[in-house]
Amino acid sequence: MVRFAEVGLRYATPAGQPGPAPEVLRDVSFDLPQGSFHWLLGASGAGKSSLLGLMHLALRPSRGEVEILGQRLSRLGRAALPALRRRIGVVYQDFRLLPHLTVQENVALPMRVAGRPEGQLRTDVAEMLRWAGLEAKAGALPATLSGGEQQRVAIARAVVTRPALLVADEPTGNLDGLQARRVLALLREMHRLGTTVVVATHAETLVAEHPAPALRLQEGRLVAHG
Amino acid sequence: MASVPRLRRSRGRDPLGLRRALSDRLLPALVAAMTLLAALALAGARGAAELTARWEAGAAAAVTVQLPASAAAGGRLERALAALNALPEVAEARAMDQARMAALLRPWLGEAPAVTLPTVIELRLAGLPAEPEALTRRIAAAVPGAAVESHGVWVARLVALARSLEGVALAALLLVAGIAAAVVAVAVRAGIAARRSAIGILHDLGATDSDLAGRFAARAALLVGAGALLGTLLAAPVLAGFADLAAPLLGGAPAGRLLDLPWARLPWAELGLLPPAGALLGWLTAQVTVRRWLRRLP
Repeated sequence: MVRFAEVGLRYATPAGQPGPAPEVLRDVSFDLPQGSFHWLLGASGAGKSSLLGLMHLALRPSRGEVEILGQRLSRLGRAALPALRRRIGVVYQDFRLLPHLTVQENVALPMRVAGRPEGQLRTDVAEMLRWAGLEAKAGALPATLSGGEQQRVAIARAVVTRPALLVADEPTGNLDGLQARRVLALLREMHRLGTTVVVATHAETLVAEHPAPALRLQEGRLVAHG
Repeated sequence: MASVPRLRRSRGRDPLGLRRALSDRLLPALVAAMTLLAALALAGARGAAELTARWEAGAAAAVTVQLPASAAAGGRLERALAALNALPEVAEARAMDQARMAALLRPWLGEAPAVTLPTVIELRLAGLPAEPEALTRRIAAAVPGAAVESHGVWVARLVALARSLEGVALAALLLVAGIAAAVVAVAVRAGIAARRSAIGILHDLGATDSDLAGRFAARAALLVGAGALLGTLLAAPVLAGFADLAAPLLGGAPAGRLLDLPWARLPWAELGLLPPAGALLGWLTAQVTVRRWLRRLP
């Protein structure tokens, strides 16, 4: 499902700086089986977001091999990536909703990108909004929602196409305890439905409440897996 | 249970918010002004081409050979016509009818039957001579004693001038198209800057370069096409006015009213091509600009 082998990641050197930039991920290797739930843990700057970026194809490794949903990135050209991205759902800490679109339009976005027929959208989006408890907010703009509601919209958008892999980068980072638990319940629900889920978090209390295998990063290295 | 409102296709189909990012005011207005200039250049090129053709055709009959009045007798006229027709540059040599010549000269000479008119041969040339002076010398040599009157030198110079004007007008047209493309590229870049975050979101959701560039290109084509249409509509009366000013040069009279302007003389086919050509230019420019920018994304 997800396989990293001796993966290193180095960002482009900023202009004017001599020498190559340091690696933010070093020799990272792990396998995540299909349908698993994993926490991704580590201090700020440990490389969690970079690792998730590799998982949802926002980044490409500097070395090593990344295999996502059975596809080796080293063998994929740039033109092949969009189709693979459509099978991956992403949830960000800052939600990244389009502010000029309503809740239901934001949730419908991945289906429109995938070219689904307009007639099919309404049913699927309505069902997803009910699942996320956002039915009453369907016509609202994101700016009028609370943080927890916005994050639930982001999760609904991430899973509306039934992705095989769902990655969430600090999805509860901007939420209070109650909203965080509600968001996490949705992520666990997706896992229960068969989606492979990886959640990066700082919230050790949430991890303690929901025990699951964890990947732990420290200064760009994977120091624990399991 | 709350019901889910109907999805709004129009806004949902503009997830990048390009209706605001690519404004429907400034870009069409700029394109309209440039289309007006392009229409003027186009009409200038067309007018110069017409003048060239007209002057070239006129030059073909712009050589006359004048024989003394006595040449009509003794077969000299026939010999002169045969010698002139034998010249490769001459398509046809024809003696001018005396009655027609008298009619032509009547405004200056009046009814003066006592004046003896010379014999005049009109030459229709095969084409505008590259060296009019050399042709004049050869005609004079072919018909000794004849006076050769050639306006070809001046016509050749006028034709050269008209051709250079045509070239300048076409160059101006290309320049306007280039500036229009630059303006569209700047507007699209501004749109990209304004929607960088939304582009990133769609990219992460699996949108292809073709999809993203297509959204910008469709919007740019619409705005540029609308601006070009407006500019063309504005250009039509201006061009008709210019054509009216030039009417006396073409043997006509200026119109007194708007409806009487020489609308039929406008290059409608070329003008009609300006809006679709503008839309195509906008579409292509946006495609290239967005795709080049998207290359920085993984």
